[in-house]
Amino acid sequence: MMEKMIFGRYVPAHSVIHRMDPRSKLLMIFLFVCIVFIANNSWTYGLLVIYTFAMIALSKVPFRFIISGLKPVLWLILFTLVLHLFLTKEGELLFQVGWFSIYEEGLRQGIFISVRFFLLILMTSILTLTTTPIEITDGMESLLHPLNKIKFPVHELALMMSISLRFIPTLMQETDKIMKAQTARGVEFSSGPIKERVKAIIPLLIPLFVNSFKRAEELATAMEARGYRGGEGRTKYRQLSWGLKDTTLLIFLVILSVLLVLFRT
Amino acid sequence: MDISLQEVEYRYQANTPFERLAIKDVSIDIPSGIFLAIIGHTGSGKSTVLQHLNALLKPTTGKVMIGDREVNAEKKQKNLKAIRQRVGIVFQFPEHQLFDETVEKDICFGPMNFGVHEEEAKKRARIAIKQVGLSEEILSKSPFELSGGQMRRVAIAGVLAMEPDVIVLDEPTAGLDPRGRREIMDMFHSLHLERKLSTVLVTHSMEDASKYADQIVIMQNGQVYKKGTPNEIFSSPEGLLELGLDVPEVVRFQQKVEEKFQTKFSQTCLTVEKLTEEIASMVKRGEQE
Repeated sequence: MMEKMIFGRYVPAHSVIHRMDPRSKLLMIFLFVCIVFIANNSWTYGLLVIYTFAMIALSKVPFRFIISGLKPVLWLILFTLVLHLFLTKEGELLFQVGWFSIYEEGLRQGIFISVRFFLLILMTSILTLTTTPIEITDGMESLLHPLNKIKFPVHELALMMSISLRFIPTLMQETDKIMKAQTARGVEFSSGPIKERVKAIIPLLIPLFVNSFKRAEELATAMEARGYRGGEGRTKYRQLSWGLKDTTLLIFLVILSVLLVLFRT
Repeated sequence: MDISLQEVEYRYQANTPFERLAIKDVSIDIPSGIFLAIIGHTGSGKSTVLQHLNALLKPTTGKVMIGDREVNAEKKQKNLKAIRQRVGIVFQFPEHQLFDETVEKDICFGPMNFGVHEEEAKKRARIAIKQVGLSEEILSKSPFELSGGQMRRVAIAGVLAMEPDVIVLDEPTAGLDPRGRREIMDMFHSLHLERKLSTVLVTHSMEDASKYADQIVIMQNGQVYKKGTPNEIFSSPEGLLELGLDVPEVVRFQQKVEEKFQTKFSQTCLTVEKLTEEIASMVKRGEQE
């Protein structure tokens, strides 16, 4: 039942993007999130779309798979589009029936914002689809390392992240299992009136919470039993290595940002 | 109610990079009133088969007949609830599904979902809690204050209170102590005998399968490797041992005896008593010669 979700999921493959240093991928996402906001006309949005699709092609993750995973977010995107259509009343009047009217600016903004949303989600999916959670946290820890100087608990943060990422699939499996068990006891999660469906969440959430607390306690005990004492003096088994392809990727992104600034109106 | 799987195939996450064939060409008949055991290694597809029995999963190809309802890939199914009321499933570690404030409410949850009136549901809860060997006082407690074994029994009571025609058990004794295992299995067996409740037991335990089942299905790599009565299955244990599956202790002992004395008993014994008789008669024959 939860099979369709692709967030936080890793698809193993041999592609340039898979082999890249997680730090460069993280930096790329960070930069990308910033420069997405530079775009403000069809040219600049076109550039971003081309860039994103080039990345998807390089990552060798089947396109159909990414799209099917986007379905849950589609509603959110549609919602913002509709809001813009209704609420932005600038520019030329395009269409009017009674009180309902669509203005040029509303349509333009709506489409741009939806595209922006779409691109951001695609890019971040590429990161999680091509990078194992452990790589992501290693990269994060390494990037945030300088913050240690101001007593920011970088290691603890990274540990928290890796634990939560690690338990996403477990939680999904468990959700699926409990949903099935309750379905077998006559709960209907996907049909019936809305009121009933909301009520059906309770027999799902309570066992999930109870089990998560139990698991957290067991994990803490297991870590302590193996002598975990935090990040101090801890060495790493997996070493990160920055290569030529990482530099190249970032250079491309800088070129993209320059182009965006030049073409924006 | 009869259930039959006909050439069922199921793929997990079809049309994604994670696609995985779970079961293939599985045909199993579960006539009314039978005690059927499904045995196999972890990952042999037994849990997948089990989820087809009340339409939690729809076969990718092939069909499942549940009573007179047909479940297949093409047809959009409506009102699956009717099926689920008649086929109760006790999942592995069923204590994970408990959620309500009191044990009584939790047991009543299933029946009331199927439209049973509250009074009637409470009556059923009292019967069910006794069936699983707990006392009525426990009904007013929170399920989360109970011990693991008690929680297991409460969860089982929750399925029994639905009064299904067929009960499906997915390793109901996993993680219990030997005494708890025996008690729970004996309870299911007596329910089966008293109420003619069709029972499907998914298990690793050859002992349980040989002791309780009328029919055994052995799964291997998502396919049915062998099916038959316990006698048929264990009369040629060599194949099973090759698969790395266990045979019951009694059968293993008989094999050793037969090897040692270069003899062959008239039948494969599944209980200690039977085997004792056979050995005694062998000894007598020996004395006469």
